[in-house]
Amino acid sequence: MCQAACPIHVDARGIAREMAKGDSAAALALLRKTLPFPGIISRICDSPCQRACKRNEIGDTIAINALERACVNYGGEPTDKPRVLPKKSKRVAIVGGGISGLTVAYDLGRKGYGVVIFEASDKLGGNLWQISRDELPAEIIRADIANVTNLGVEVRYNSLVNRLGLNGSSPKLAALRNEFDAIYLAFGAHTDDSFEVERDANGKIKVDPVTFATSMDGVFAGGGVLWSVDLRSSIQSISEGRRAGISLDRYLQRVSLTASRVNEGAYTTRLFTNTQGIASSSMIEMDDPVDGYERDEAIAEAQRCIQCECMECVKDCEYLRAYERYPRKYIREIYNNLAIVKGTRYANQFINSCSLCGQCAAVCPEHLDMGEVNQNARREMVKQNRMPVSAHDFALRDMEFSNSDKFAIARHQPGTTTSEYIFFPGCQLAASSPANVERVYADLRARLNANVGLMLGCCGAPAEWAGRDDLFQASLAQWNEQHAALGKPKVVLACSSCYRTFKKYLPDVEIISLWNLFEAWQLPNVQPNARTIAIHDSCSTRHESQMQDSVRNIVNRLGYKIEELALSRDKTACCSYGGVMWLANRDLAEKVVQRRIAESEFAYVTYCAMCRDFFAARGKPTRHLLDLIYGDDNWTTQRGPDFSQRHENRARLKRKMLKEIWSEPLDDPAEYESIQLKISDAMRERLDHRLILVEDIQRVIAHAEKTGRKFLNRDTGHWLASLKPNAVTYWVEYSAQGEAFEIHNAYSHRMYVEEQPQ
Amino acid sequence: MSDEANWVAHPEWQCGKCNVALVVRQVNVEYLGNAFPANLLKCPQCGNVFIPEELALGKMVEVEKSLEDK
Repeated sequence: MCQAACPIHVDARGIAREMAKGDSAAALALLRKTLPFPGIISRICDSPCQRACKRNEIGDTIAINALERACVNYGGEPTDKPRVLPKKSKRVAIVGGGISGLTVAYDLGRKGYGVVIFEASDKLGGNLWQISRDELPAEIIRADIANVTNLGVEVRYNSLVNRLGLNGSSPKLAALRNEFDAIYLAFGAHTDDSFEVERDANGKIKVDPVTFATSMDGVFAGGGVLWSVDLRSSIQSISEGRRAGISLDRYLQRVSLTASRVNEGAYTTRLFTNTQGIASSSMIEMDDPVDGYERDEAIAEAQRCIQCECMECVKDCEYLRAYERYPRKYIREIYNNLAIVKGTRYANQFINSCSLCGQCAAVCPEHLDMGEVNQNARREMVKQNRMPVSAHDFALRDMEFSNSDKFAIARHQPGTTTSEYIFFPGCQLAASSPANVERVYADLRARLNANVGLMLGCCGAPAEWAGRDDLFQASLAQWNEQHAALGKPKVVLACSSCYRTFKKYLPDVEIISLWNLFEAWQLPNVQPNARTIAIHDSCSTRHESQMQDSVRNIVNRLGYKIEELALSRDKTACCSYGGVMWLANRDLAEKVVQRRIAESEFAYVTYCAMCRDFFAARGKPTRHLLDLIYGDDNWTTQRGPDFSQRHENRARLKRKMLKEIWSEPLDDPAEYESIQLKISDAMRERLDHRLILVEDIQRVIAHAEKTGRKFLNRDTGHWLASLKPNAVTYWVEYSAQGEAFEIHNAYSHRMYVEEQPQ
Repeated sequence: MSDEANWVAHPEWQCGKCNVALVVRQVNVEYLGNAFPANLLKCPQCGNVFIPEELALGKMVEVEKSLEDK
């Protein structure tokens, strides 16, 4: 707020932060970063920053100007030692040695230009000398002006341009223009119409409002010379000098005067700062108003600063918090990451760790969506062939499985050749609770009074999340083809990620949420003494308030009392499955899910299978809405199936439904599938953590037993064999136990080991 | 690579196909187009290369990760 309101953007918040710690030297260094004359300005600034201070809403403004003075008083050396660039051959004339001209002299002097100030009087400072000496002592003026003259700036005193000066010389502007490469006119409020530049109706020099260029090439003007009323604002004079200085530098370097000049001078910031819960306070009074704040007083005053910042999204999002910065910095890092040609891309994991859930946009006063930024970054990484392959591989292979013959089917209702509806349960509901898929399909056929077909498969969301447009489009095309072959029936969806995907990418397909249907139906399993529960909205329903209402109506009618979570509906948090976060950054995903389940002491009801399984796996009593609809009121925590079982459940569901509902003959299982395994619970957990599936192990053993290619442990008699069925090489340590094989260990790697037969 | 000694310190394993002891040989491992030589155990007859768990879950993951971010 303060920084934007300051015409030269002094970092008052940073100054207060350092001063609050008692580090007045660091505070002064911050002040000097933008301000060439801290001694002067800290005494006479009209302080537009204080009018913008957010503290005005909750007590008095922070006394920023007085804090600046404390910086100067307690921060150390009064003169600075700026870094000066090597001398340049180009020379600039500055007409007028007031504070605006001095600013240009300081800025261009530091850049190495030859600077000559033409001052009409016998001293630099202009209007500063008209301020009372009590307010602004002469030694303060001299000390600050020394910052300019120490740069080797030449000053020609008593030198009037265009008029006869005391020393008798009076160069014309045109002559000066020949002698110098550029000119800055800053002779203050004096009206002098003898200059050969265009003027407005009031006789004031006309300049471009951004560049401060006059009508004459290479001649710029700023400060009081432009003002129709005497603003007496030193900070405004400095600001105009600074901006004209940028133009002069660009003019001399022959680059664009106008390119990317935004937010120069004071501007209104869009920064949102939440002042809720901050106590009102008054400005710390000075013991001695003439000398300004004592050191302790300054520290106390600086501590009143609320350090305005908008961290609304960071507060609510574990992911944005985990990397300890905020969106503006994150976006810069993402941009840099995408621009790196050679070297390490440190932001890869950051980009891949976002759940893309959109919560940040929902809580942001400016609706900034980091998910969209990350989604685009992932697409770009894929395009550049720079996407870490391990980040999404497992999820993409899971999707491939769902859309393969192992699971995918598309059928009309048995005995019919048309479908008015189809049920598409999605991949993870079938993986998590195949029985519920069967129940829903039976219910739909019974209750919709129409032909209801069935499609099994994946909507392609994991490919979208991974930035794999190629796989995503292929998945949508496959789905479309199957849907068209069934005559484009209406699609009943049980999964909110599918719902979001179809709504966004298949707008011509008519979709119906399963919850909208159930809302209108009789619910046979009402619980007489049902408990109070909290509803966890899936992040993909963020903007589906109607679906959220349907879910709540169903839960109410089932007899449960609903306690809303603080972050629900459009502000809901992701369970960590979204965006493949759970795979790309497993430690962070753990924190995300732990935080979510700790938000309420009540048991959770979800309407997404992944949310249910992620919560239940961490011991949170959680039921899926379908569990409740079908009368499963058992709240003891039940882990969902592991990754291997999720595959098995889908494959088995397809075979069961084809056999029982369509009476279709089944394909013979692959040879490796007949391999029987003995796996202890502890080993199952290890395999799950290492993302090794039972079918991977079956393949390894089948291959080893067929080829004999394996190692033998002389001590234990265990076998060790490996196989690379996809991008991953799996190693399995096993022993034969009758017909079956006991698994003793398994691990994997992605590096390829060259085969070198002897 | 100080861990290297551990990767070949597995006298308990022999080739199950050829029934011979494993020997240390230089083997090329490759990831994302980057190949490195490494001293690993392999069967002197059939050439089957032995990758112990600590190599797969340790150094290999580390190198995979750093190459993916290059």
